[in-house]
Amino acid sequence: MAQLTCDSVTLGYEGKEILTDLSFSVSQGDYLCIVGENGSGKSTLMKTILGLHSPMKGTITTGDGLKPTEIGYLPQQTLVQRDFPASVREIVISGFQGKCGIRPFYSKEEKRQAAENMKKMRIEDLAKRCYRELSGGQQQRVLLARALCATQKMLLLDEPVAGLDPKVTAEMYSLINELHSEGITIIMISHDIEAAMRYATHVLHIGKDVFFGSKESFKRGMFMDGFSFNKKGGERNG
Amino acid sequence: MVEVFNKLADYFQNVPAVRYAFIVGILIALCASLLGVTLVLKRFSFIGDGLSHVAFGAMAVAAVVGLTDNMLLIMPVTIICAVLLLATGKNSKIKGDASVAMISVGALAIGYLLMNKFPVSGSGNVAGDVCSTLFGSTSILSLTETDVWVTIILSLIVLVLFVLFYNKIFSVTFDEDFARATGTKAGLYNLIIAIIIAVIIVLAMNVVGSLLISALIIFPALSAMRVFKSFRSVTVCAACVSVFCASTGIIISIIDGTPVGSTIVAVDIAVFVVFWIIGLIKGGVKR
Repeated sequence: MAQLTCDSVTLGYEGKEILTDLSFSVSQGDYLCIVGENGSGKSTLMKTILGLHSPMKGTITTGDGLKPTEIGYLPQQTLVQRDFPASVREIVISGFQGKCGIRPFYSKEEKRQAAENMKKMRIEDLAKRCYRELSGGQQQRVLLARALCATQKMLLLDEPVAGLDPKVTAEMYSLINELHSEGITIIMISHDIEAAMRYATHVLHIGKDVFFGSKESFKRGMFMDGFSFNKKGGERNG
Repeated sequence: MVEVFNKLADYFQNVPAVRYAFIVGILIALCASLLGVTLVLKRFSFIGDGLSHVAFGAMAVAAVVGLTDNMLLIMPVTIICAVLLLATGKNSKIKGDASVAMISVGALAIGYLLMNKFPVSGSGNVAGDVCSTLFGSTSILSLTETDVWVTIILSLIVLVLFVLFYNKIFSVTFDEDFARATGTKAGLYNLIIAIIIAVIIVLAMNVVGSLLISALIIFPALSAMRVFKSFRSVTVCAACVSVFCASTGIIISIIDGTPVGSTIVAVDIAVFVVFWIIGLIKGGVKR
């Protein structure tokens, strides 16, 4: 059974449709790369998957033991965060907030796990540093550690390497790859088709031409008729 | 110097109004500073200002209608406006800004109009009445024992709520989308933040008057943010700065006979400049 199923979803805002009749599904252990031009609706799709928007038509359902709030999320930097006075530890542990419910403070176990996640992201020596003083790559790893606090099952990454230099980009990709090999399902939004080809198991291309299927069939399609896929196209042989 | 201290000690022992002023001033400064960090970071600094004008308008209406206890009208009206402003200002920034400006200026104008058309105190000194509501003047020195108790109880409630919701306020402030996506009820906590702010503003009107309230909310937070790096240390520092400024301001105003509200704000500004310089020096050394 799929962890995440989008069933003929139509996306848009303020009554304007930007994506119609989109269907795809993500199973445990997949590495899905969502690519598409600017304005093709990648961010809207992501926000809809996260439950921040509701789709105009169709349904998005989670299954296979995944609850809708168990999707960890690595957002793009917001303006607020750029001068937010917060230590790395404070930010990482805030990933547990959703699980706290009405409980006002974090438990010992949550603090331990937060420390573990910081170690995994190799930021444990930055724990007391101020977030806004870190480099772009370090900030991304902090937010990734926070996302890991929120979930052990599925991560949604929004342009995780935007604005990073090539060396840090490579580090970031290998870190994400590590998490994927630990069994975490990855959904990544990216401009970087090359990286998608290298790491992903599946590709969703949105825009004028919609494609969903395995990386291999995407490659085949790309070489055959350079990005022109029919709307419902693609098969799933994951 | 000794003279001054003796005078102060004398006031403290013999004039209850001075004791009340200290208790109320410090408690309100403490509460106001706590949420300052959140408001500044969420780019909501102006909401405090807008709400204080709403409270002013409500106060004018209450006076005209002849309510004996102004709080009964001012508190609910301000809370409702806070909820409306924070709820609409969430997604569309420009619309939020405009609605704050609209409500605040509107309330100010209507309040002044009413006070002019229906003079209340019978003193005939409309300008004086308006001035003391806007700038606080001496009203902190004319508090009754009931006022003090109301302030103590409401401040305690605000403090307890803040401590209980501290972690939630942090995550909603730092990244509302993430909080929402991972199951935090961001809307609920925004609502709680709005209500707490409204309560603080109504309380603070007694101390600094409605025009200067936002100073009490944002200055300590801004000062602390110059120097400290984590949310917790900024919050604690802002609280300390705020209490220090409030007590210093009250002392100066008692000795020198200056208006309480503006003196406190002046001290806040001075402290901000000091922290700003410290921040520059520290930043310079690091680089």
